[in-house]
Amino acid sequence: MPQSAEHVLDHVELFRGPEYQQMLAKKKIFENPRDPAEVERIKEWTKTAEYREKNFAREALAVNPAKACQPLGAVFASVGFERTLPFVHGSQGCVAYYRSHLSRHFKEPSSCVSSSMTEDAAVFGGLNNMTDGLANSYKMYKPKMIAVSTTCMAEVIGDDLNAFIKTSKEKGSVPADFDVPFAHTPAFVGSHVTGYDNALKGILEHFWDGKAGTAPKLERKPNGAINIIGGFDGYTVGNLREIKRILELMGIQHTVLADNSEVFDTPTDGEFRMYDGGTTLKDAANAIHAKATISMQQWCTEKTLSFAAEHGQDVLSFNYPVGLSATDDFIVALSRISGKEIPEQLARERGRLVDAIADSSAHVHGKKFAIYGDPDLCYGLAAFLLELGAEPTHVLSTNGNKAWQEKMQALLASSPFGQGCQVYPGRDLWHMRSLLFTEPVDFLIGNTYGKYLERDTATPLIRIGFPIFDRHHHHRSPIWGYQGGLNVLVKILDKIFDEIDNKTNILGKTDYSFDIIR
Amino acid sequence: MSLATTNSVAEIRARNKELIEEVLKVYPEKTAKRRAKHLNVHQAGKSDCGVKSNIKSIPGVMTIRGCAYAGSKGVVWGPIKDMVHISHGPVGCGQYSWGSRRNYYVGTTGIDSFVTLQFTSDFQEKDIVFGGDKKLDKILDEIQELFPLNNGITIQSECPVGLIGDDIEAVSRAKSKEYGGKTIVPVRCEGFRGVSQSLGHHIANDAVRDWIFGHIEAEGKPKFEPTPYDVAIIGDYNIGGDAWSSRILLEEMGLRVIAQWSGDGSLAELEATPKAKLNILHCYRSMNYISRHMEEKFGIPWCEYNFFGPSKIADSLRRIAGYFDDKIKEGAERVIEKYQPLVDAVIAKYRPRLEGKTVMLYVGGLRPRHVIGAYEDLGMDVIGTGYEFGHNDDYQRTAQHYVKDSTLIYDDVNGYEFERFVEKLQPDLVGSGIKEKYVFQKMSVPFRQMHSWDYSGPYHGYDGFAIFARDMDMAVNSPIWKRTKAPWKEAPSAKLQAAE
Repeated sequence: MPQSAEHVLDHVELFRGPEYQQMLAKKKIFENPRDPAEVERIKEWTKTAEYREKNFAREALAVNPAKACQPLGAVFASVGFERTLPFVHGSQGCVAYYRSHLSRHFKEPSSCVSSSMTEDAAVFGGLNNMTDGLANSYKMYKPKMIAVSTTCMAEVIGDDLNAFIKTSKEKGSVPADFDVPFAHTPAFVGSHVTGYDNALKGILEHFWDGKAGTAPKLERKPNGAINIIGGFDGYTVGNLREIKRILELMGIQHTVLADNSEVFDTPTDGEFRMYDGGTTLKDAANAIHAKATISMQQWCTEKTLSFAAEHGQDVLSFNYPVGLSATDDFIVALSRISGKEIPEQLARERGRLVDAIADSSAHVHGKKFAIYGDPDLCYGLAAFLLELGAEPTHVLSTNGNKAWQEKMQALLASSPFGQGCQVYPGRDLWHMRSLLFTEPVDFLIGNTYGKYLERDTATPLIRIGFPIFDRHHHHRSPIWGYQGGLNVLVKILDKIFDEIDNKTNILGKTDYSFDIIR
Repeated sequence: MSLATTNSVAEIRARNKELIEEVLKVYPEKTAKRRAKHLNVHQAGKSDCGVKSNIKSIPGVMTIRGCAYAGSKGVVWGPIKDMVHISHGPVGCGQYSWGSRRNYYVGTTGIDSFVTLQFTSDFQEKDIVFGGDKKLDKILDEIQELFPLNNGITIQSECPVGLIGDDIEAVSRAKSKEYGGKTIVPVRCEGFRGVSQSLGHHIANDAVRDWIFGHIEAEGKPKFEPTPYDVAIIGDYNIGGDAWSSRILLEEMGLRVIAQWSGDGSLAELEATPKAKLNILHCYRSMNYISRHMEEKFGIPWCEYNFFGPSKIADSLRRIAGYFDDKIKEGAERVIEKYQPLVDAVIAKYRPRLEGKTVMLYVGGLRPRHVIGAYEDLGMDVIGTGYEFGHNDDYQRTAQHYVKDSTLIYDDVNGYEFERFVEKLQPDLVGSGIKEKYVFQKMSVPFRQMHSWDYSGPYHGYDGFAIFARDMDMAVNSPIWKRTKAPWKEAPSAKLQAAE
């Protein structure tokens, strides 16, 4: 018997012993298993160019896509406002999924409600669900704002949020002047980054353009402030804090919109903070007066930025700025727009990142990388790799579009290190599997699901992306700013050094290269 | 109002009743009336727990429940390893349920096994407008070409499928014919159906009945020689290896397990199950339907069992053996005896650390009762429990066999109620899901996830009990819980901010 009270074995070891192995071997006869030789043959076939061609000819099936649906992004953006409860109109299971997904990544609570629509609502519409739901949420959770978005069910049957919210207010679900911004977020259009954009635009539109006809539109009186939008970002906690630190160092008056850096990082001290931090509603309204709105992620904010531009603001977007040049561009832009000087401290931080790259670039130079993730993240990481002298080889974004592809290609064309790289919009991780078999690379950068690719293709995975379920706390450290660039560099270097050690650690065989100094 | 100062059953009952009244005050009148029916204090001797269940959740309250798709794809069908399960509709449902349930299996993933792959039709606007049947037809071709060793395909409907009038049954029949009678199972588990995951379990069971059992020849020979000791494990999803640490005991007592439903299961096992002499049912909630069907159609008896904790394991082994001859009855005694030293050692080590600790549970459709015995084996006391998607027959079983007098019962509890109950009752441990975990840990209340075993397990069987005991100890007795307050601030007590 392998189990004992002194040394308790769980699933990692328990099933390895002969008792369980024999049991599992005997189970096979009931499974009608495939011939092992046939399994081996097909396994090898999936590694071939022929398979890759068939795989890339897929027109209908998605296998392991690297994207989620709109309402997830809407919930993520909504919790970034002061005491705001996201309310998703439609089937309730969706909300259980968003909350679980966010909690698994951040290791934090994730609060959100559903209007719990069922068959009758599918037939008659979800007005009653909205009316009752708003009343209950308002009384139970004492929000300052309820931000409504939709699941695909509500979208397919065509529920009209604007009318429903108006009717609910007339019926007294919430006070007439209570803020209930909304956004239609159909899951069959775009991805979670689209939902982020729609929800944020919905909230700004609510405050700036007269609260759905219930208040006068705000008149913009330009001031010197800058609005910052982070976009959908698994590193929102570390990144937004880092951006705020930089803005404060530069003395720039600013508003971070959808600032969820506190609610996804509350302390454990005996108190559950269902709401914490966030952009105040006053600041959200006053953001109309800002001189400019800067988005850290272009493809998370296309509609929101157009909306800000329509209101007379300067708008500028980045593509998940990681590393030296991208941070330079960001800081210089901040200085240009605000008229503030760049403090010496930032120059010193920059110098430290340059120092680190100079110290270590020999280990990264010429290494080939595959990257996948959200479109902006892919762009930012590829740009950083180029300046490290690494060679991005496959860049894949399931939710990237043609415009993203062109912008990526222009970036790669601008560097001698990007010449051998192909860009894959709209493809999934089963495509990536074929790429890694037929055109191998040294390292893969992606989210937790990349571990399946690492297992199948033996390409070492560097975990950067969303979601990260199987490693803890990385979201608390920034990957933006010069300090963030340093963090990314260290993540990459750690994996490179681990790989060299793994390849050289066989006693008496390969360990002449098992160097103590690298 | 904490348990420490409230000892008698009468006092606890009064305290719990008062707590329910207090919680109901937050609601608008209509909602308070509806929620009142789902909350109760259990009274010994009653045939059920005195709560309504399996009723629609109330909008806007932050129910913890999921949907029918989660019940079918996520629970029942997803673990069948040699079939491809298509999440048919927009991308999200399949994405959020991708690999998160820890249904362990042995196989070559992507070649002959597919559990941890995310297959989706990734509906776009044009699929909603023009219908998804043509796309589905093409998807089935693409699966056949790229995953040729799959033994079957299921189509797990997401919400839009049922709203736009797609005929996935017709597509399934046509493609099955095209592929020489291949098993292709359409499942109508759209998320808006029913009130929780539960209807999804039922729909998934019915799909097995209609599209698997409906297509096999009743007199067809199994691919193995039957024995008088053939049983099937029904309703074990092999989370963290639960079905394996159960199977080993059944085989040690002399039985032969011919099928696992559905953890580490295969299509061949589903098809062979009508040859079983006895179906043994762990998760009654999610698979009683198919067990009853097999009883009616094939005359196979079924019996419920509970493999959490040594007391219930021993009862269950004897109960199962009761369906067989002396050889098996002796086998059961032999197994119980073999593991007794392990049980004694585990209890000797962990019971002193856990004796008298209180637990509040809120899980799905089985564990809110099934794990109580395991806690009691460790000297722990379950003071509150409730089901996310239980029915009245679950509450009957709970009342008749598990909970103590004056236990707080909460059906379809929501975030607000659960936080209030825990804040007031101050249990030493809460066992619930991922959405609850961090809420209670913030309140300085130790927590274990009782859906996923918090990435540990197995918890079933004797081997699992050792892990269960270790994990409960490491949660309750983690030194961090004594350090959550800064030393210059007062002692910790669970508090919540919402609605204050």
